[in-house]
Amino acid sequence: MSRRQHNLEALSFQIVMTVIAILALILIVSPSLVVVIVSFTSGFSLKFPPPGYSTRWYLELWNAWQLQFAARNSVVVALWSTGLSIVLGVAASLAISRSKRLTAKLLDSLFMSPLVLPALAFGLAALMFFSLIGLPVSLLTLVIGHTIVCVPYVVRNTVAALAQLEPTLLESSAILGASRLYTFRRIVLPLIRPGIISGAFIAFMSSFDNVPVSLFLRDAATDMLPIRMWQDLEGKLDVTIAALSSVLIIATIALMAIMERTTGLSKRLTG
Amino acid sequence: MKSATTAPGDVTSFSLGLALPLGAAFAIFFVLPLAQLLYLSLHNDTAATVWGLGQYIKFLTDPFSLSVLGSTLLLGAEVTLACLVLGYPIAWLYQRSGSRVQTLIIMIVLLPLLTSVVVRTFAWIVILGRQGIINSVLQSLGLIGTPLRMIYTQGGLIAALAQVQMPLMVLPLITAIGRIDPNLSDASASLGAGSWRTFVKVLLPLSMPGIIAGCTLTYAAAITAFITQSLVGGGQMLFMPMYLYQQASTLQNWPFAAAISIIFLFAVLAIVALFSTLGRRARGYGDIR
Repeated sequence: MSRRQHNLEALSFQIVMTVIAILALILIVSPSLVVVIVSFTSGFSLKFPPPGYSTRWYLELWNAWQLQFAARNSVVVALWSTGLSIVLGVAASLAISRSKRLTAKLLDSLFMSPLVLPALAFGLAALMFFSLIGLPVSLLTLVIGHTIVCVPYVVRNTVAALAQLEPTLLESSAILGASRLYTFRRIVLPLIRPGIISGAFIAFMSSFDNVPVSLFLRDAATDMLPIRMWQDLEGKLDVTIAALSSVLIIATIALMAIMERTTGLSKRLTG
Repeated sequence: MKSATTAPGDVTSFSLGLALPLGAAFAIFFVLPLAQLLYLSLHNDTAATVWGLGQYIKFLTDPFSLSVLGSTLLLGAEVTLACLVLGYPIAWLYQRSGSRVQTLIIMIVLLPLLTSVVVRTFAWIVILGRQGIINSVLQSLGLIGTPLRMIYTQGGLIAALAQVQMPLMVLPLITAIGRIDPNLSDASASLGAGSWRTFVKVLLPLSMPGIIAGCTLTYAAAITAFITQSLVGGGQMLFMPMYLYQQASTLQNWPFAAAISIIFLFAVLAIVALFSTLGRRARGYGDIR
């Protein structure tokens, strides 16, 4: 093959790959953009482009007490589940990440299994279990269910951070006379903190957004935001939901930017 | 020597006992409920007094149930393929970009992963709906007279699911492609292979672990995506998660719902196991070089 042909071929490869990549990136972003634009419509329907622009549907959100009630429940459950996931997950990560024992490997697979098992099956199982032991559906049962499905994110990120921790640092600290607790507080914790935080961030987001577990473990008194929105959307296409969605999208982007600044989220997730 | 990592005075490892609280929580609130689910599915009557495989026989001999299972597994395969075809170039572009563009790409890819699933799905209703963007653009260009029906179709559902699950494919691919020695591509080129040939013979096989990890994650996520399936798929198409939910919530047929859950769970596990077997083979292939 001549050099000229070679260059042409290389160019064709690069153009095809780049064009597909850019189209795919547009495909990923555009739905979110569309929602934000539509939410500022002055009309009553989700027509695109909107006939005119206004902030009326955002004002409408102030009166949507059902959505606000559900949002409050979702925040409370997500905060508790994330807190529990951090405490239980970090302790478990310390135990399993530096151990070569078979028990540690088995525990690791057990703690990761909620990621692959269909969460809906777990939701149904949890509902039947709680009704068997006589624990009525409440925010408590939601917190327990969410913790089980969110803790893998904390464990995975903390284990990854611990794997990069130099064992010699721990030895040096001990040689210099530091107690294990002191070493943990002053050496281990600061070094693995970004890993814990990014794991906790993903755990929080996935609890806030959880449908399959909440679907079975909530009732009218413990309504959760994603379920409320889903049920509203099944009935009719409400522009209020577009306004709420756009608030959630902007909040997500803001949180992502903060996480990127503080923990380097993107580098952490691409390993 | 052999006790170097397990000696009681070892300061570089932590006590396994620290895993006890989470282990106990998983035993009580994860393993026990799933065991109870299995127990319940092995009963023929709703009150769970008669043991038997009745629920499983009912599912596996009912053409309707089997078609729900089949279309769910097929849907997963279609979405996974779409994610791979669109996601691989993204990961490829990421590895060739400067760090600013890299951060931008990652942020774009992560956005759907971190936005609420109802919001992401809702966006697709706005795009595909009768008055949605695609229809209004086509109508204003005079290409179509009446709005096309895109929502509640298989194609619309695949597009929506592919967008939603894309990060699960792209992230492992980025990691895998990043681990490939760039010299190998240069070596292939200097030995006379063109870019496409190098891609098929060098890049693709060496990124196989990432492809398999990505496929496993997207497949499992696509077939369990309850909200997107129900809102974009609508009432016309029934998939396993909705089938399970209807049997449990609307019809209160818990033993049958439990059996559906177990069958669904094993279907997912079988797919994951299949992919991980392929993954081990691929790693072996990569090691030979």
